[in-house]
Amino acid sequence: MSDPLVNVRDLKIGATVYPPGERPHDIEIVHGVSFDLQKGKVLGLIGESGAGKSTIGLASMAYGRGGVKITGGEVWINGRDILQTSVRDVRALRGGEVTYVSQSAAASFNPAKKIMEQVIEAAVEHGKFSKKDAEARARVLFAKLGLPDPDNIGDRYPHQVSGGQLQRCMTALALCPEPDLVVFDEPTTALDVTTQIDVLKAIKEAIRDTGVAALYITHDLAVVAQVSDDIMVLRHGDMVEYGDVDQIINAPREDYTKALVSVRSIEHEEKAPAGDPVLSIRNVTARYKGTKFDVLHNVNADLYPGQTLAVVGESGSGKSTLARVITGLLPPREGEIEFAGRVLSPDLASRTRDDLRELQMIYQMADVAMNPRQTVGTIIGRPLEFYFDMKGAEKRKRIIELLDEIELGEEFIDRYPAELSGGQKQRVCIARALAAKPKMIICDEVTSALDPLVADGILKLLLNLQKIENVAYLFITHDLATVRAISDNIAVMYQGRVQRYGSKSEVLSPPFDDYTDLLLGSVPEMRLGWLEEVIANRKMESAGN
Amino acid sequence: MKNIPISALIGLFFTALYFLMAIFAPLIAPYGMAEVVGDVWEPSRIEIMLGIAPDGFTESQYWLGTDNIGRDLLSRMIYGGRTTIFIATMATVVSFTLGSVLGFFAAVTGGWVDQSLSRFVDLVMSIPTLIFALVVLSVTPVTVPMLIIVMGLLDSTRVYRLARAVAVDIEVMDYVEAARLRGEGTSWIIFREILPNALSPLVAEMGLRFIFMVLFVSTLSFLGLGVQPPEADWGGIVKENKDGIVYGIPAALVPAFAIATLAISVNLVADWVLNRTTSLKGGRG
Amino acid sequence: MPLIAKLLVQRIALGLLLLFLVSGLIFAGTMILPGDVAQSILGQSATPEALANLRAELGLNEPAMQRYFNWLGGILTGDLGTALTSGTDIAESIGKRLSNTLFLAFWAAIIAVPLAIFLGLLAVRFKDRWPDKMISAVTLASISIPEFLIGYVLMYLIAVKLRWFPSVAMINDGMSLGDKLSAIALPVAVLTLVVLAHMMRMTRAAILNVMQSAYIETAELKGLNGFQVIFRHAFPNAIAPIVNVVMLNLAYLVVGVVVIEVVFVYPGMGQYLVDHVSKRDVPVVQACGLIFAAVYIGLNMVADIVAILSNPRLRHPK
Repeated sequence: MSDPLVNVRDLKIGATVYPPGERPHDIEIVHGVSFDLQKGKVLGLIGESGAGKSTIGLASMAYGRGGVKITGGEVWINGRDILQTSVRDVRALRGGEVTYVSQSAAASFNPAKKIMEQVIEAAVEHGKFSKKDAEARARVLFAKLGLPDPDNIGDRYPHQVSGGQLQRCMTALALCPEPDLVVFDEPTTALDVTTQIDVLKAIKEAIRDTGVAALYITHDLAVVAQVSDDIMVLRHGDMVEYGDVDQIINAPREDYTKALVSVRSIEHEEKAPAGDPVLSIRNVTARYKGTKFDVLHNVNADLYPGQTLAVVGESGSGKSTLARVITGLLPPREGEIEFAGRVLSPDLASRTRDDLRELQMIYQMADVAMNPRQTVGTIIGRPLEFYFDMKGAEKRKRIIELLDEIELGEEFIDRYPAELSGGQKQRVCIARALAAKPKMIICDEVTSALDPLVADGILKLLLNLQKIENVAYLFITHDLATVRAISDNIAVMYQGRVQRYGSKSEVLSPPFDDYTDLLLGSVPEMRLGWLEEVIANRKMESAGN
Repeated sequence: MKNIPISALIGLFFTALYFLMAIFAPLIAPYGMAEVVGDVWEPSRIEIMLGIAPDGFTESQYWLGTDNIGRDLLSRMIYGGRTTIFIATMATVVSFTLGSVLGFFAAVTGGWVDQSLSRFVDLVMSIPTLIFALVVLSVTPVTVPMLIIVMGLLDSTRVYRLARAVAVDIEVMDYVEAARLRGEGTSWIIFREILPNALSPLVAEMGLRFIFMVLFVSTLSFLGLGVQPPEADWGGIVKENKDGIVYGIPAALVPAFAIATLAISVNLVADWVLNRTTSLKGGRG
Repeated sequence: MPLIAKLLVQRIALGLLLLFLVSGLIFAGTMILPGDVAQSILGQSATPEALANLRAELGLNEPAMQRYFNWLGGILTGDLGTALTSGTDIAESIGKRLSNTLFLAFWAAIIAVPLAIFLGLLAVRFKDRWPDKMISAVTLASISIPEFLIGYVLMYLIAVKLRWFPSVAMINDGMSLGDKLSAIALPVAVLTLVVLAHMMRMTRAAILNVMQSAYIETAELKGLNGFQVIFRHAFPNAIAPIVNVVMLNLAYLVVGVVVIEVVFVYPGMGQYLVDHVSKRDVPVVQACGLIFAAVYIGLNMVADIVAILSNPRLRHPK
């Protein structure tokens, strides 16, 4: 075996943190990680937030973001330790030998310059190509990456192309100087699932055709399984497991890796509709004030007591707008909402206190769903006080019961939201909703901001609470794995319409309409060769094009 | 309140010192405010100690010397500080109460109330404050209450903008929506959800507004359109003694020192309050 | 009409509307008292005849609306009315003084703007090191001292102690440009100091804001050097915010001029205005107030127009 292209030995990275109420101090965020990468191979770096994966990726360009500093170890690329070379050599490396694709191409392109100018800049600056040759190469790359009108797209400005296209332009930018290594930092995470698959395919083919080596950083094991040769699993700045993709996916050794692989394997027995629906959405059409087009068109759906209706769709499908209509924040233009056997007043102001109490809501971002100046006790206690006039010891007792239900102890009662982890925050929000003794809770993307294992815990908790409290969930999500895990009924939404509606087994079984087929097919599955299969079997182009 | 940085401590100390001097002025000042005690522009004890007094002067009983008609400058500075700080404080109170109440109200109510208030504020702010004040003061009697009202009203536009912006930012947070969905009334939303989160930036802004008021009233008095003689205030002291500058008499510069130290001290405190807010958001906010 | 042209027309129309409304506000500002303007101008001891004469002269016997439109109509045709105190034509008195004021403001701007942008860039380049810290300390000091005091401190040190420049800035038509510049050296220095601090700090903030964008990181990861990153990638995006900073501060400078002219006894608009406020000469105050406000509104309008023109999203719509 020849010398590896990249050889990282005992890499240590530190950062300055600014905890509230304390002096800033330095901590270590990566504790001695080693790996190597052969020419033309792809190494996947996977882990949850805070695992240090992006930091390691940037360290391979001798770069630290913000207060991040490389504090020890060696990074050998093409036979020299880049942590020991001169500033001039590091500059020659960046954008020449090693290039970078970021998560948000929209922010990473300079809004004031044309795409072509930015794509060829590094190649020309490092003397790899003349301006003319670089432009020709860029056009070839644009075509290879499946961008429309590859000869002219470079003349546009970044805001003139879509997010999925811009992400591919960024890949072209990285490949243009013929680098030896490309660092892909969550390149598809910000995209809708049906767009992600196209970008993923384009990246995979580009890597194969150019023979470049890559570090592919992501939190999604299913995605990395499609593009990598080797995978390194990271947690809290330490290596957990490192092996080839087949071994990691099919025969993980460490418990943490096993948990990551088996995540979203929650199975939930579908319940048949029973009794009268707790919520009926009837012919709802809605638009926002001051706009001229409807964002919801004639939406119908029912939710039964103690069951879950999943509303699934991509960004812009109208699923969150539906939640605003149900809660009364956006009165519908046509149609009505029937709740617990009565027709709800269309706007919030004229609903009764019982209407409000029985219909609760949990938000995506638990951070901003809780007042940072209130303690957990106040946050959970306020609904008790407001709806049930509970006070003093009685209230405290009930708060502790609720904390118990969400698997947090009594000691949390005096903490502030800033002192909680992401999962704990979401649990407190669940307790706040439960405190009102609701008949139904709207869950708006409640797990999508969380790491997979934490999200899993929240889903299990929600299912458990449903059994105990017999509460119905209207579960809004873009994530089909979550839908499978939790729903009894499903409404698939697309461009403001319910595209497909029925019980979980009906909706998820063929024959499919074209959109549902595309959506279901686009969810990465944790097995090798999935990407190729899907691309071969597709019927409909994704919305991203 | 632990971990107060040294700069904020210095700021707090001098701010407190100036306010105490203002409150206890009659007890501290060695002479009366308008009492003529010596010759015109007698050199100060400080100048003599530093050896920079004009020839022939070897001692002086006045720490800061005397002013253009022979009054003790230190006494006038202390009484002047009292007037300046009083007017600035009262004008800040007017501007703050009015600006923040209207700003919160506009943010929470929204709709045409918000629109018309905000557009009117835009209009007033399109005229420079000093110019507008001069226009108004050309027809009104120049008295202390009138100064406080004119300065307070004009400046409340700035507080309005800040309070509204802060409240609008908080207003769109999910926790405010959650309170609305719970059925909470406007007063709970303003006082329990928005105000606790808006307090720190507003308190910091209050410091800056106070400094601006000190500078503003001093400028007006210097132009002869603020506090009227024989009342003393810092801007007025400059006006009275400015002719001495050409003869090398630095009496007019004494208020510069006082204004600058007061303003810097309050600034340091305001900075600290503001930093405390951002660190609550995790350091980078 | 393309979007960008529409926005420009809208912005200019808004500026004109604002000017119209401001004229109303300035006019109303002098009616703010419930009582009688003539009474407050002449004081309590005025004789009834004097009051009646003044009322007639001010046109106070006509309704306020009509007086306002007469006044506005006059301004639009270049007639600013006559001063109460001297009976001279206001437009004539203002003409010479306005050009003096603009002369002073122009030289202050010529020095302050490039210097502030340069120092702002310097502060960004050496962020958190001593040049940056020194710049912020100077800023803190200079925003804590009123401009008239900076004026006297400089006058005391440079004109009285060092005798480099005259302490009083008298200029007249007979002087050569060199003599004029020497005469206004001190006031220009003070004005420069006054706006420099603000402008520096705001330039620094504007550039830092741009430097924190993700596309700057992209540029750094392309292996470009600091100079290339700033000039190729940061600068095109920083133009609008910097122009905004400059315009805001020029507007601020126009107000600073009022006070500085009084300090250095400079024959400009500012001193004219302040004199006539003390004399309660309402027509002069209204005319000067409107001119100052117009300059202020105009500068703000220029800033917005530059922002519109330099926005790539507007220049190259989808």
